[in-house]
Amino acid sequence: MAGPIELTVNGRAVKVTVANDDTPLLAVLRNELGLVGTRFGCGLEQCGCCMVLIDGAPVKSCAKPAWSVAGKSVTTVEGLGTPERPHPLQQALLDAQAGQCGYCLSGILICAKALLDRNPAPTRAEIAQALDDNLCRCGSHNRILRAVEKAAAVQREAAR
Amino acid sequence: MTTAPALTGALAAHPALNQWVAFPAPGQVTVRTGKVEIGQGVLTAMLQLAAEELDVAPARIAVSSGDTDLTPNEGFTAGSQSMQFGGVALRQACAEVRALFLRRAAERLGCAAADLTIADGRFLLRGAPTGEDYWALSSVVGLDSQATGVVSRKPAADYTVVGHDTARLDLPAKVFGAPAFIHDLVMPGMRHARAVRQPRRGAAIEKIDEAAIRRAARGAIEFVRHGNFLAIVGDDETAVDAAAVAAETHVRWAGVEPINPQQQQASSLLQQPTLDRTIGAPPSDASGRAAYHEATYSRGYLAHASIAPSCALAEFRDGHLTVWTHAQGVFPLREALAQSLGLAPEKISVRHVQGPGCYGHNGADDVAADAAIIAVQKPGTPIRVRWRREEEFAFEPVSPAMMVKVRAALDDAGRPVDWTAEIWSGTHSARPGSGNLLAAQALPNPPPDHPPADVPDAGGGGATRNGTPLYEMAGKRIIHHLVPETPVRTSALRGLGAMPNVFAIECFIDELAERAGEDPVRYRLAITADPRARAVIERVARMAAWQASAPAGGGRGRGIGFARYKDRAAYAAVVAELEADEAIRLTRMWCAADVGLAVNPDGAINQLEGGMIQAASWVLKEQVRLEASGIASRDWESYPILRFSEVPEIAVELIAGDSDVPLGAGEATAGPTAAAIGNAVAHALGTRIRDLPLTRERIMATLLAGG
Repeated sequence: MAGPIELTVNGRAVKVTVANDDTPLLAVLRNELGLVGTRFGCGLEQCGCCMVLIDGAPVKSCAKPAWSVAGKSVTTVEGLGTPERPHPLQQALLDAQAGQCGYCLSGILICAKALLDRNPAPTRAEIAQALDDNLCRCGSHNRILRAVEKAAAVQREAAR
Repeated sequence: MTTAPALTGALAAHPALNQWVAFPAPGQVTVRTGKVEIGQGVLTAMLQLAAEELDVAPARIAVSSGDTDLTPNEGFTAGSQSMQFGGVALRQACAEVRALFLRRAAERLGCAAADLTIADGRFLLRGAPTGEDYWALSSVVGLDSQATGVVSRKPAADYTVVGHDTARLDLPAKVFGAPAFIHDLVMPGMRHARAVRQPRRGAAIEKIDEAAIRRAARGAIEFVRHGNFLAIVGDDETAVDAAAVAAETHVRWAGVEPINPQQQQASSLLQQPTLDRTIGAPPSDASGRAAYHEATYSRGYLAHASIAPSCALAEFRDGHLTVWTHAQGVFPLREALAQSLGLAPEKISVRHVQGPGCYGHNGADDVAADAAIIAVQKPGTPIRVRWRREEEFAFEPVSPAMMVKVRAALDDAGRPVDWTAEIWSGTHSARPGSGNLLAAQALPNPPPDHPPADVPDAGGGGATRNGTPLYEMAGKRIIHHLVPETPVRTSALRGLGAMPNVFAIECFIDELAERAGEDPVRYRLAITADPRARAVIERVARMAAWQASAPAGGGRGRGIGFARYKDRAAYAAVVAELEADEAIRLTRMWCAADVGLAVNPDGAINQLEGGMIQAASWVLKEQVRLEASGIASRDWESYPILRFSEVPEIAVELIAGDSDVPLGAGEATAGPTAAAIGNAVAHALGTRIRDLPLTRERIMATLLAGG
């Protein structure tokens, strides 16, 4: 399966060469496309740092073969928003100062985005459950949960 | 104005003001600190202190940190001391710079310095602009002069930046996915590398099946070898990773002695040879009283379990080695690298780059040594080494298992009058300064094994940290049994011995209260004189609406824990509320803390809460597992930590201390949280579990034993 593949990343069509069929999507994003916002956490699909959306679904990219996303649409944290035009989730994390080391936040943003896309008004418990695949070691959990609740409210307000 | 003390700490060692402050261009200020960002928000707090003392808008200030070429040597960023020492040094340096400039401006303007004020760097004479500012004056004011220590700092009542919530400087890059971490650093011509770990000190490479490793790599790789240090280098990170995994089975080592997995139990410490000493008061008449209570508590080995494995870059060019690292001390690391590599320290530059949250001596120093050794073997090529997750779990130094046996003689009211804590533990200190770089042990002339030692008591102690209670009683002492030989490498993790010691002390105090038929909060207050200690205990009880009459054994419990970190830093009291049957569900936690001057109150609260959640995770879930070949818990399945749905709601309140000195917040809550949970579990179950972690298996065993 090695060779060139075409996919869409953050709305942009890209063509990359995959070294072999073990090459994970994460390595392509970080080392070929320079999109380092998706972080390496464990390489074992256990911590959630490397989450991206593939056709809208949250997926851990550290062991996901790059060839398997050929023709698909990938959204990374860089695709959510920018400092000038932040996604409501990004703004809410900043407003809540919801982070300590911040290493886990990329994956959490992606996972939370997928949650709000399918459930615009989640309860606190539903948010926590959705984020159970994402580990945070510094103990920013409560601030993150409050920020996601806030972002959901902002999005609902904007949609009215 | 506050009277300034004599120069202390890093400012005494680095009194030249230009080591701390620079005005590089109009409108810009650079301040330098030897302390580094490890996820605790220290750079934001440093910026606040500088903005306050210089009277310059925070946005104009850049903070340069942890660089052996640029910043003062402030040792390690550890022990919740960054604000207490590093912050105070930077604040004093800025106050001295401000005074120098004011004096010079007054000369030029022909006025008294006291008539001048500064607003965002511009000098005002009785409120009116003078045309003078820091940048215009910087060409005539020599910052090569030395701090005197006699310049007064701004009085706390005048603070406009310090003591106010300030947004973290580093958070936007992390929220927008910008390059923020050392893992994201890319250099032209950079190559990826992984070390093939020597399984044990003294093990020697017997045979390398290079062909098998190359096949597994499925990409071009090369081997770098120096003594028993073996590494794999290549351009494709995936190939290098695959080769490193394969090397675990295709490199044969001689001289690998198995360890005894039973030693994962803290109780095994009692069978080990120890180095013993006694500190504190000699036994008093009261020690022999007829009424006494005795109990033993334990905790297993703990991993740092930072969210990502360690990473470093190194380049050796024209005889000079540059290392990029997320280690806690760039100067100590440079010293250790110089020793290990046989290079002069001035031939090495070590620069700090942010990494995943750091709670102590993890693999950061060791991965830097890997990168440095490989870089020296391949001059001119930037080398990036990122440990694998399994490698971090298996080879980072862990926090030692501990046993704590408390015995107290009691008076007629059931209050302790004489207290002895007997503590068994491996060392909490094997930082690079003591020659402990992992890869150095595989080099042709490995450094001698360092003599066993723990953190000195003057530094807050290691196993003895918070080893005696703050409570009033006639005599207190610690019998410290340092266990020199542990099955795995041990070193500093957040709070060192404070968590197991406070867990033991505060559970013991609850046992005494129960024995005396008193409410735990009232019992504590009855033996507490320090008003700041009383204040946090009383506040947290109010926050949690503490009820003295709640019956035990009903499946729901609440407990309290208190400590003053290191007996000289921040005060914290925690109440935990939970449900317990065969497992434990934390429902709420409350904390009241006095951290002295909170430079960034929101940042301090964030740190205190983070410490509570991490401690809850330690207490409910965590223990390093051993097997004959070493650490067996090498991933998040075998080393689970607390997840989102398991984290309780938490309320934290700061009590304004009566001091202008910041006391540090990061390590203050772990012990009180552990104890509060331990006491809440005892309250819920009606039976006490004294060994951590409080896993389902342990609870079931206790309940089945009818405990």
